Amino acid sequence: MIRLEGVTKRFRSAAGERVALDAVDLTVDAGQVFGVVGRSGAGKSTLIRTINLLERPDAGRVTVDGREMTALSPAELRAARRRIGMIFQHFNLLDAKTIAENVAFPLRLEGRPSAEVDRRVAELLEQLGLSEHAKKHPAQLSGGQKQRVGIARALACAPGVLLCDEATSALDPETTDEILTLLDQLNRDLKLTIVLITHQMEVVRRVCDRVAVLKDGRVVETGATADVFLHPQHAATRAMLAEGEEGFETADVPPGGRLARLTFRGGSTYEPELSRVARSVGVDYSILSGRISRIRGEPYGQLVVAFTGGDAEAAVAQLTARGVVVENVGTAG
Amino acid sequence: MDSFFANVDWPEIVRATRDTLLMLGGSMILTVLFGIPLGVLLYLSGKGRLAANPVLNSLLSLIVNILRSVPFIILLIVMLPVTVLLVGTSLGVAGAIPPLVVGAAPFYARLVETALREVDKGVVEATQAMGGSTFQIVTRALLPEAMPGILAGATVTAIALVSYTAMAGVVGAGGLGDLAIRFGYQRFQTDVMVVTVVLLLLLVQGLQMLGDRLVAAVSHR
Repeated sequence: MIRLEGVTKRFRSAAGERVALDAVDLTVDAGQVFGVVGRSGAGKSTLIRTINLLERPDAGRVTVDGREMTALSPAELRAARRRIGMIFQHFNLLDAKTIAENVAFPLRLEGRPSAEVDRRVAELLEQLGLSEHAKKHPAQLSGGQKQRVGIARALACAPGVLLCDEATSALDPETTDEILTLLDQLNRDLKLTIVLITHQMEVVRRVCDRVAVLKDGRVVETGATADVFLHPQHAATRAMLAEGEEGFETADVPPGGRLARLTFRGGSTYEPELSRVARSVGVDYSILSGRISRIRGEPYGQLVVAFTGGDAEAAVAQLTARGVVVENVGTAG
Repeated sequence: MDSFFANVDWPEIVRATRDTLLMLGGSMILTVLFGIPLGVLLYLSGKGRLAANPVLNSLLSLIVNILRSVPFIILLIVMLPVTVLLVGTSLGVAGAIPPLVVGAAPFYARLVETALREVDKGVVEATQAMGGSTFQIVTRALLPEAMPGILAGATVTAIALVSYTAMAGVVGAGGLGDLAIRFGYQRFQTDVMVVTVVLLLLLVQGLQMLGDRLVAAVSHR
């Protein structure tokens, strides 16, 4: 659906040249929710803007829905952009227009007949639960409502792709949750391909099928969200995931214990695998840190444990046999 | 009452008021007509804007600054031959309008440019992302969003034009200001001065109130 090949973007300023994107390759399949994470300044914002060519890359090729965006004439590009919806961190609604007029705006730009515009706007407002606000102005709405208007507007021309530029970063946690549920629903119901950029790992965990990690304008890691989040390969990914997590101090661990990170996924998450294995092998374990949650709806558990007083190797072998991924994280003491 | 206003020729006051209103109305319409496109061009050609063009921007900026730095009284005189060429006379209401427009349009253009700059860049970006052309971005997004500022600027400009019309008396334009200078000031007819100044004050007050109402009507922030 979306393909970036060797996309490079440099910004020139008085201070010199800065490479915002460095030969980025990325493929997003139709119907996927694709997340791009990175710290501020990593190039996320530039990356998402190259998809609809709000930023024209200095080199490389951007293809959306089989159309090479970088090769289009200005008129063709405008037509192509209508098939790509976009929502923004600060919503970017038109303050002078009512909610209904905001949603109608892309249809009016396209020059659709009034009767059709009115019908489509009523339908979208209904769908997003905004009907009662039709005649209000954006200033009268809350952040979450404004983002709903942004989404209604982005969907007006029935796009195949939705670009989300830090769409939940200005919202409180509850509203973020509500908007993410909505995006998830749109992805399922409309088979909408969604690309979102965010610095909130929680957003990716909630809705993204796949994720790419961006650092200094390069994609350093990409893969299915669960794989990347549970088994991060790159230091930048690990650092982002570790943020806000309570770690454990090796010094606190009973000496001699063998430390292992156990990852349970899917059905086995809620099975008492660890205690079964411990009982059958005769080892003790202390849980040093752990998290049981969901990634894109799939349950997972990840524990760091210290095995003591028995055959730790046998425990590891049995756990592995039961489908638990075991990673060695060293020996304590 | 009559003795206090002994020198006041009321029919003359009425005529002068009408002339002032005509000069103001005529020059204001033309100022808006020239000032908005000029302001849009200044904005669009600016650094980092949709049609960034440093050469055009510097050129427009230079012209605007030259016109704004020439004292209006000098502009009136320098404009004389141009005015004759444009409207066939340098006298009366018609003769006053070209210099008034040349004096006010660059000023208004700057105010329009400032109002446009205050529109969130995100709105421009969103409209672009929706497939809007530059023309659509200007007419459907930027100008409507900047409307409160554009109307507030028009109010300031109209009030500046009121004082410009007084100076236009120098080239025989007539109007209330001319009356104030010729009779109130030069002939020490205080009563004429008081009447004309009060009328000008009412005019300015009325313009400000009208402007404020229009701004409030289009503000939705």
